[in-house]
Amino acid sequence: MSVLEYVKNSVIKGDDEQVVKDVNMAIDMKEDPISIINNGLIAGMNVVGSRFKAEEMFVPEVLMSAQAMAAGVEVVQPLIKEGDITNKGTIVLGTVKGDLHDIGKKLVAIMFDSNGYNVVDIGFDVPAEKFVEAVKEHNAQIVGLSALLTTTMPEMKTVIDTLKGAGLRDKVKVIIGGAPVTEEFSEEIGADGYSPDAGSATQLADRLLA
Amino acid sequence: MIIIGELINSTRKDIKKAIEDEDVAYIQDIAKKQEAAGADYIDVNAGMRLHDEIEKLCWLVKIVQEVVNVPLCIDSPNPKAIDAALKIHKGQALVNSITMEKERYDELLPIIVKNNTRIIALCMDETGMPKTAEQRINVAKKLADGLLDAGIKEEDIFFDPLVKPLSVDINFGNEILDSIEALRKEYPNVNITSGLSNISFGLPNRSQINQAFMVMCMVKGMNSAIVDPLNERMMDLIVSSEACLGLDKFCMNYIKRQRAKSS
Repeated sequence: MSVLEYVKNSVIKGDDEQVVKDVNMAIDMKEDPISIINNGLIAGMNVVGSRFKAEEMFVPEVLMSAQAMAAGVEVVQPLIKEGDITNKGTIVLGTVKGDLHDIGKKLVAIMFDSNGYNVVDIGFDVPAEKFVEAVKEHNAQIVGLSALLTTTMPEMKTVIDTLKGAGLRDKVKVIIGGAPVTEEFSEEIGADGYSPDAGSATQLADRLLA
Repeated sequence: MIIIGELINSTRKDIKKAIEDEDVAYIQDIAKKQEAAGADYIDVNAGMRLHDEIEKLCWLVKIVQEVVNVPLCIDSPNPKAIDAALKIHKGQALVNSITMEKERYDELLPIIVKNNTRIIALCMDETGMPKTAEQRINVAKKLADGLLDAGIKEEDIFFDPLVKPLSVDINFGNEILDSIEALRKEYPNVNITSGLSNISFGLPNRSQINQAFMVMCMVKGMNSAIVDPLNERMMDLIVSSEACLGLDKFCMNYIKRQRAKSS
């Protein structure tokens, strides 16, 4: 087993101390830092994502793995030059106004982060204008809206309308998710896509940007 | 325990479809089953109907009250929908729910007072979900002050401490247990309820956690729950726990339940 396999497996196990040891070992063995991230840390997180989607892993395990990955990234980061890491694009993520749910969106953020996206998480209870500002400021290709309440779902349409008003709708893909959200609703409000879980959200984004 | 039957909720796929198809028989059947299983209130929620929630909620109230004798729990964050539903509801309804968020509070309070309803008060305010037991108590105090001032009786208030998932932080269970204990001490006559299944979000075999947590909350003084009354195991635990806590005179409810099962 290569040292990167060790890194990957420790991420899957969610063992942050072991990840740090493995990453240091990989560095000592002159593994390319980018490869440690892509083929070790992110590769592990991808497995976690698909196991989570298949309900073989559960939220606490995903959070542990994400922590472990972050611990590993921290060790490698100083060795990497800006621009060396592939960036698939920037996604602005937030839970819409009136809605205080944070967990699902955080899981989505973890998945995007570990799939090579630059993630700008602007939190929860976010007014439409804030989404527009963030899209502008970070030049985002995608904006991801989360709503967990039937009462806040309509706010997703408000965000889309506000993006239109600001002349940004053509420049950014809008994807939506959250327990009460459906494909049907996504079409109704003119979003670009809907994802039923954190694991498929990145695949959806990959498709939309392809 | 005051059992609020949670099944007629439009976020459930079968209910959403039954509302769409105006399937009166389906909804009425679930209402009757919940009443027979021991529900003291039947919750009705049409929140998935974005465009015609008011109309559908009123329709639910009407058809459910045709077949059950227990009052309903009118479940909507929209004060206008609640107001419309209360106009046609017979008897004293329970409203689900008010919070300390200013806009919702100001609009809903007069509706509750005017209709003399009971009210579920979520322990949250503009700053969001409470983070500690202390924050919950502070919000609960503000809510209680306001509601009591408006003439609502203590026994008509149902505090909901807002359960958060253990999968995110293992202390979220303790936080709720501490909150219930403190609320019970501060307000001996209010009701404390919870839709506590959020505790197990993100974990496998959620019902095991839900069941353990139900018993623990009851020990701390929770006297109501928003649950599926058709879940026999959960209802068994509730009835047994009440007996153990000295809340079931001569253990008659417990005995009655066992007898009903063996017959």
